Amino acid sequence: MNALNRKLLRDIASFKGQVAAIAVIIGSGVMVLILFATILEAINQSRDRYYQGHNFAHVFTEIKRAPESVSERIRAIPGVSLAETRVKAPVRISVEDFKDPVQGEIISIPDGRQPDLNRLYLRQGILPEPGYLNQVLVSEPFALAHNFQTGHTLRAIIKGRMETLTISGIVLSPEYVYQIGPTDLIPDYKRFAVLWMNRSALAGAFGMEGAFNNLVLSLHADADEQKVIEAVDHILAQYGSVGAYGRRDQTSNRFLQEELDQLRVMTIVLPAIFLGVSAFLLNVLMARIIRTQRQQIAVLKAFGYTNVQVGLHFVKFTALIVCMGSALGVGMGAWAAHAMSGLYAEYFRFPEMDFGLQPATVVLSILVAFGAGLAGTFRAVAGAAGQAPAEAMRPPAPERFSKGVIEQSFLGKVLGQTGRMILRNISRYRFKTMMSMLGISLSGSLILLGSYQFESVNHMLDVQYRLVQRMDISLSFNEPVSSNAMAGLAGLPGVHYVESYRSVPVRLSHNRLEYRTSILGLDRDAVLRVVVDKDLQPVAVPPEGLLMTSYLAGYLGAVPGDLITVEVMEGHRRTLELPLAGTVEEPVGISAYMDRPSLNIIMREGPAISGAWLLTDETSHDQLFARLHQMPQVAGIGVISTAEANIRGYIEDTVLIFMVILLILAGSIAFAVVYNNARVAFAERSRELATLRVLGFTRAEVAWILIGEIGLITLLSIPVGWILGTGFALLLNHAMSSELFRLPFVLSPAIFAFSALGVIAASVLSLFFIAGKLRRLDMVTALKTE
Amino acid sequence: MNPQNGSGMPVFMIRDLTKTYVMGEVIIRALRGVNMELFSGELVVLLGASGSGKSTLINILGGLDNASGGQVLYKDQDLTASRDKELTIFRRNNVGFVFQFYNLIPSLTARENVAIVTEISKDPMKPEEALELVGLGERMDHFPAQMSGGEQQRVAIARAVAKKPSVLMCDEPTGALDSKTGVKVLEVIQTVNLRLGTTTVVITHNEAIGKMADRIIRISDGKISNVSENKSRVSPGEISW
Ligand SMILES: Nc1ncnc2c1ncn2[C@@H]1O[C@H](COP(=O)(O)OP(=O)(O)O)[C@@H](O)[C@H]1O
Ligand SMILES: [Mg+2]
Repeated sequence: MNALNRKLLRDIASFKGQVAAIAVIIGSGVMVLILFATILEAINQSRDRYYQGHNFAHVFTEIKRAPESVSERIRAIPGVSLAETRVKAPVRISVEDFKDPVQGEIISIPDGRQPDLNRLYLRQGILPEPGYLNQVLVSEPFALAHNFQTGHTLRAIIKGRMETLTISGIVLSPEYVYQIGPTDLIPDYKRFAVLWMNRSALAGAFGMEGAFNNLVLSLHADADEQKVIEAVDHILAQYGSVGAYGRRDQTSNRFLQEELDQLRVMTIVLPAIFLGVSAFLLNVLMARIIRTQRQQIAVLKAFGYTNVQVGLHFVKFTALIVCMGSALGVGMGAWAAHAMSGLYAEYFRFPEMDFGLQPATVVLSILVAFGAGLAGTFRAVAGAAGQAPAEAMRPPAPERFSKGVIEQSFLGKVLGQTGRMILRNISRYRFKTMMSMLGISLSGSLILLGSYQFESVNHMLDVQYRLVQRMDISLSFNEPVSSNAMAGLAGLPGVHYVESYRSVPVRLSHNRLEYRTSILGLDRDAVLRVVVDKDLQPVAVPPEGLLMTSYLAGYLGAVPGDLITVEVMEGHRRTLELPLAGTVEEPVGISAYMDRPSLNIIMREGPAISGAWLLTDETSHDQLFARLHQMPQVAGIGVISTAEANIRGYIEDTVLIFMVILLILAGSIAFAVVYNNARVAFAERSRELATLRVLGFTRAEVAWILIGEIGLITLLSIPVGWILGTGFALLLNHAMSSELFRLPFVLSPAIFAFSALGVIAASVLSLFFIAGKLRRLDMVTALKTE
Repeated sequence: MNPQNGSGMPVFMIRDLTKTYVMGEVIIRALRGVNMELFSGELVVLLGASGSGKSTLINILGGLDNASGGQVLYKDQDLTASRDKELTIFRRNNVGFVFQFYNLIPSLTARENVAIVTEISKDPMKPEEALELVGLGERMDHFPAQMSGGEQQRVAIARAVAKKPSVLMCDEPTGALDSKTGVKVLEVIQTVNLRLGTTTVVITHNEAIGKMADRIIRISDGKISNVSENKSRVSPGEISW
């Protein structure tokens, strides 16, 4: 090894504390980059492979009932490649030793063979044999949740009749990568099942012989999806279609897309923060090293080292630190991706998902880290390379100090000599002070961001489950029924109170923007389902016009007073215009609301309802469910407390883990920044501090100069961190708000205090390390070194 | 002009050399027209008070700095017309520097401090050989912090001569040393000059040191005020101050 490289290694060794701190931050950046990029890549690839290999359909639609012959007309639509008619129906399943209601969907497959579209991945067993009426395939997550194996049986209530079904195989479907019930947000594999059955058997059970109620299509590569959808709707309108939709609106795919979008945000934002901070730290460190090595650089140049050689020497310094950080980051990233793979595999069900590191991802991450490192040190290194050799032979002139504004004010009189030194140091190195403050406040802002996210998610759930949804149980019916049914429900065991609703699937459009959702018709003075404004105050549903979540209004570009085109996708399928009466601020989902009687009038029907909400006594749930199971018109039974528990569990799984990571990383940034700055300040002042000791200052007095400086910078950084953090929270809020949910922007004093405490704790910890050095400050050697 | 140890061939020709520093509104004229030659193999002592322009002069001769006016010819090369890259090559191939404050690289041992120069030279001595030459064969693996000032300066000399430069520039090499150690360092410089025939310039403000030179060039206020030849050189061992 040549002498210059040896110098490099020894320099690195002598800065090991700071080098390690920076390497850890770089490592964190590389880790999050690799982690998110790997997950993104894994999901993207699995999805593409799965969709392609299993012929995932492009267009989907549900209808009431259409004769099979109609399918010929569908196949003739230009652009349609394959069309598959199916029978699909809701089922209720009862699982032995499991009391809660289990909902399911049952879908037909051609007798004895794989469907052409949405082919199934057979994990275990075989397809139902042709001619057998009671053989079914069950979705894998449901089977796992209840420990079902091929050959086991389960009981299902199909059209009010209890049937015993034998599991012939366990499968996965590209239609249910994210497998959730129609009204859920979070998968509940114990309480929602998907089954597949031979077409003839299912058609028989539901009276769908020679007919279908569900249709999926694949398109040619050059087909115009919108045109096909219009053509399909045109053909199927008379058969009670709710409107065809593309992959964009297909539930599972939409959640998947949502997740991918969020991952993409994370892949950029988090690494950018960490690598930005490490670039800053490298800048501080390299500037300091180059400053102290002025004379060494001059000697190298005097002896004929070129500018490039000198510059490269310091680039290597940076590169080595980046290498260490990258090695750490790749290792941690691989581990984290592996650890997170379980989580993603739990929520996204692909036949296989490969979370192994892709060489391209690793190379890219390392390149990004190098880019950041070099960008951070460029200025300092260029300065070193370009330094005039003769200039550096002279010892540096004493730095220029001046009395600052603060000192000249009345405060100057109060400050002691040491206080004055602190102020002068801070204002002398204004750039460095600013950069330090930026680093510390950045970590403060990350702490704030982490706790904000946690708080706001909790707040959102509190709003959703305490304010908006107050029922215990939500029932949905197969078809609208008369509101007279409510009396029957009220008489069921353990039911205290009943409220009804009407829900109508619609296509809303305004300014050529459209959105599929449903209008929820609420009773006047409804108390179990409340719509709230942005101050979380209940809003009365007006007798005329529509209410809409403001996210939807924003999406449609509509303001109160505008006329919204409402295409009813049920029954008469009329298109009409309704005024937007106002907007409401709901954190979860996207809906429109109307007064139920007005909705009934629009539907040209009597007082019909689509479902009911119940307040119940939990101790009599078993009897209640037993009675509900016997009511054929009840399609779905949702237990709100279970839904809430599920979603909170999901949040704990994902957001909480994420927040803990963020907090640890933020803490390490704060520590690294403060520690680094303190080390540099200590090194630069050790001569000055030793001199003071020689002059008779006590250790404590000397320490105060250093601690005071660091403490002051830390304190000043805290409010800056608050501001930055609030900004980040706002950005995150924006980036993360989706059709599924919008995080409320709530900033409690607690999270500000938490952020401040985090920063202070990190500062105290690093001061603790510096204190050891201060105690060992050797007056003699400190005075000797230049 | 026929110096004892010189071959009589001028290595440097300096004509009307000026150097001005501009510091804000103040203009400092460090060199005000220097004319002189340096001959191959001779040992010259450059004498002058502090601030007279000595360092400025040899920094320009050594290719560390640019002149403001005039001309410096090293053999056939016009240093005043050379650009940074050419000056770097000039320094790399021809010049050895010794500074008042040694300027060793603290993170490298004696041997490595020498090696860092020999590694980029064309036909250097071995670092060990250079260190033997300055009498530090025993201390090759010591770091600067483990050596006395005199020892450090001798390592610096070994570093300067290891590449077998044709000129050796010593800027107050004894300035930071006591007289006894200073003498030792000067002896090493003399040995190098005699054994390797390196043209050597030693800057000092110490009259006594002049005795070891072939020629003494006095500089005051940025100009050569006097040039004198010594009939015979005195060994540094016999000089004291
Ligand atoms: N970089 C510089 N900027 C301004 N003035 C300088 C600089 N270097 C030297 N000088 C001035 O030039 C004059 C000569 O300096 P120098 O050559 O270092 O003298 P010597 O080495 O003889 O003590 C002095 O007045 C000094 O202050
Ligand atoms: Mg000088």
